[in-house]
Amino acid sequence: MSLFKVPMPQMGESITEGTVSKWLRTVGHRINKDEPILEISTDKVDAEIPSPVAGVLVEICVEEGRTVEIGTVLAYVDTEGEAEEVSSIEESNNQQSPKKIPTGFMGQKSLGESGQTAVIEKRNRKNSEAERLKMKSSPVVQKIAKEHGISISNVPGTGHLERVTKTDILRYIKDAGIHSGRRPSDRENPPQLDTVTDSENEISSNGEIDIWDSFYKKVEHPSFPVSPGDDVVPMDKLRQITADHMVLAKRVVPHVHSVIEVDFSSVDQERRNISHKGNIQERGISFTAFVTWACSRLLPKYKNINAVVSGKNIIHRSRVNIGIAVDLNPGLIVPVIKDTDGLNLAEISLKINDLAGRTRSGDLLPEEIAGSTFAITNPGVLGTVLGMPIIPKGTSAILVLGAIEKRPVVVENAEKNVDEIVVRKTSFISLGFDHRIVDGADAARFLLDLKKILEAFPGDV
Amino acid sequence: MCPGTLEIKNLGLSPYEESLQIQKELVASRRSGGVPDQLLLQEHPHVITMGKSAPEEHIIMTKEQLDDHGIRVFHVGRGGDVTYHGPGQLVGYPILDLKPDRKDLHRYLRDLEEVLIRSLSALSVRARRRNNLTGVWVEDRKIAAIGVRVSSQWITSHGFSLNVRNDLSYFETIVPCGIKNVEVTSISNELGEWVEVDMVSEIVIEEFSKIFELKVDKRLTDNAF
Repeated sequence: MSLFKVPMPQMGESITEGTVSKWLRTVGHRINKDEPILEISTDKVDAEIPSPVAGVLVEICVEEGRTVEIGTVLAYVDTEGEAEEVSSIEESNNQQSPKKIPTGFMGQKSLGESGQTAVIEKRNRKNSEAERLKMKSSPVVQKIAKEHGISISNVPGTGHLERVTKTDILRYIKDAGIHSGRRPSDRENPPQLDTVTDSENEISSNGEIDIWDSFYKKVEHPSFPVSPGDDVVPMDKLRQITADHMVLAKRVVPHVHSVIEVDFSSVDQERRNISHKGNIQERGISFTAFVTWACSRLLPKYKNINAVVSGKNIIHRSRVNIGIAVDLNPGLIVPVIKDTDGLNLAEISLKINDLAGRTRSGDLLPEEIAGSTFAITNPGVLGTVLGMPIIPKGTSAILVLGAIEKRPVVVENAEKNVDEIVVRKTSFISLGFDHRIVDGADAARFLLDLKKILEAFPGDV
Repeated sequence: MCPGTLEIKNLGLSPYEESLQIQKELVASRRSGGVPDQLLLQEHPHVITMGKSAPEEHIIMTKEQLDDHGIRVFHVGRGGDVTYHGPGQLVGYPILDLKPDRKDLHRYLRDLEEVLIRSLSALSVRARRRNNLTGVWVEDRKIAAIGVRVSSQWITSHGFSLNVRNDLSYFETIVPCGIKNVEVTSISNELGEWVEVDMVSEIVIEEFSKIFELKVDKRLTDNAF
């Protein structure tokens, strides 16, 4: 038998998820190629999804009413199967209680929302191993595993609920250099593995099913040979999402970076004053909070910096939702301060401390990691002088704060009419921006305004 | 039939179920390539239509009240919540093949909005989109609703309704598009003058053909009228 995955299709560039509204066919049904098998809904659209292949619908993985991200496997169609194959699959289907289907696999893979997945992953992690073992993999995977003497529980799964897909097991076999008991030259009885692969290639290379081409816009990471003694570690889900996201972001967006040097003396003085006044909790107001506050005042004016390119349009975001990168070591999550422009400095500071704390304890709500329109990251706390970041998918800019350090600065002494070298706390702030919609001059003006606000602090707060 | 042709069918005042049946037939014909892209334009008698996601409580009137007002209710296979159609409102159902280069649902929605925004602009009504609220708005007043279906092979049906000179009080029977406290408006309401649906139709046809880069077949259009 040969199983064909029916994924949640990519029905548009900016569409990141879809809701299964109705299954038009049930498990066990023989279906024709291009026959509608389910309906999905997104926004104001209902769409029929045809089967890409003819065969028997052997498994429905996402129940009606569920919203899942594009690419999620919705069903399996057995392209060779007869009705009798169905019963064993139905059994495994029954074991998969709907309650176990995570709701976290939704939303675009923005840096923020990949975090959302990660949080749910983290919550599920304890159970996922046991669940995966309990879950039957598809018969084809079981067959391959049996032929090669592999325990499926050893194979990293990338499918639904970390289920081991055929691609996973084939990759595992390839990487581990495992050979089936049969010799490849055994022509009369060729290894099942090859047969399966061929039949799938035949389907996916069939030009007629062009509707599915766009569904497979997935990132492929090339494999490399393993040397003796090397340690091969599967990427966890957060790392996989981050890796895919980074490749996609760099592939799509023409990145440009501009850097400005900012004197933080005024801000530093203000931080000390506030600490002495003691009106903010023990941790005080971080430099990141000052910079976030300053950006939130500027972003409403710089529409293309608080925006995203969407097809032939630019979406100017009405809200200023600033994502703050939080280092988890390992990993990184970007919780979002919603409507930052409506908060004052103290409120922003409290919010950052609260979000960062709960990010590290794994207590964030999914919505707190979604919807960022701009991002700020501060690797400066680890000594980095200058960063050139990747712009999170779904936004047009990201700001990086470099280390705030004492540096020699040349200033004019007007009284003595001489130049003097003085010690000031400065930082290099870099803005990564989408050059399709943000011109260099726009970025320069934004950075200059930011510098002015920070250097004149408190100014007209 | 030339590729890139748009055939206009002006159905006048058409009962909802008839338009539904015509759409169904045209979707099948369009899929098999028997007809070019279509734009069905019509007005409906008073009806309330419920999209898949519409909860019953978004109809505010009781069944008796609806009957008294001669308003019929249909549950239909389009996206979106509840909406109202009635005389004086221009309803457009594009039956388009989005293959090969328009296979993007959001783009399709935005294109429909663009058609309506430009048409309104030609009538000196300044309309706009609102974030995450598909449809067309004059300031915060809703002037046009959109709800579409895409059948297999990327054939569209259902579409848009643009309030031209219809009695807006009928919207009080529903929670339009499921958004509470939304104010609705019409072209006549905005301009303070009587505007004919046919005149708006002509503008919409022109803007539609521009946005979707389709050539209106004059012969077909004339026949249809």
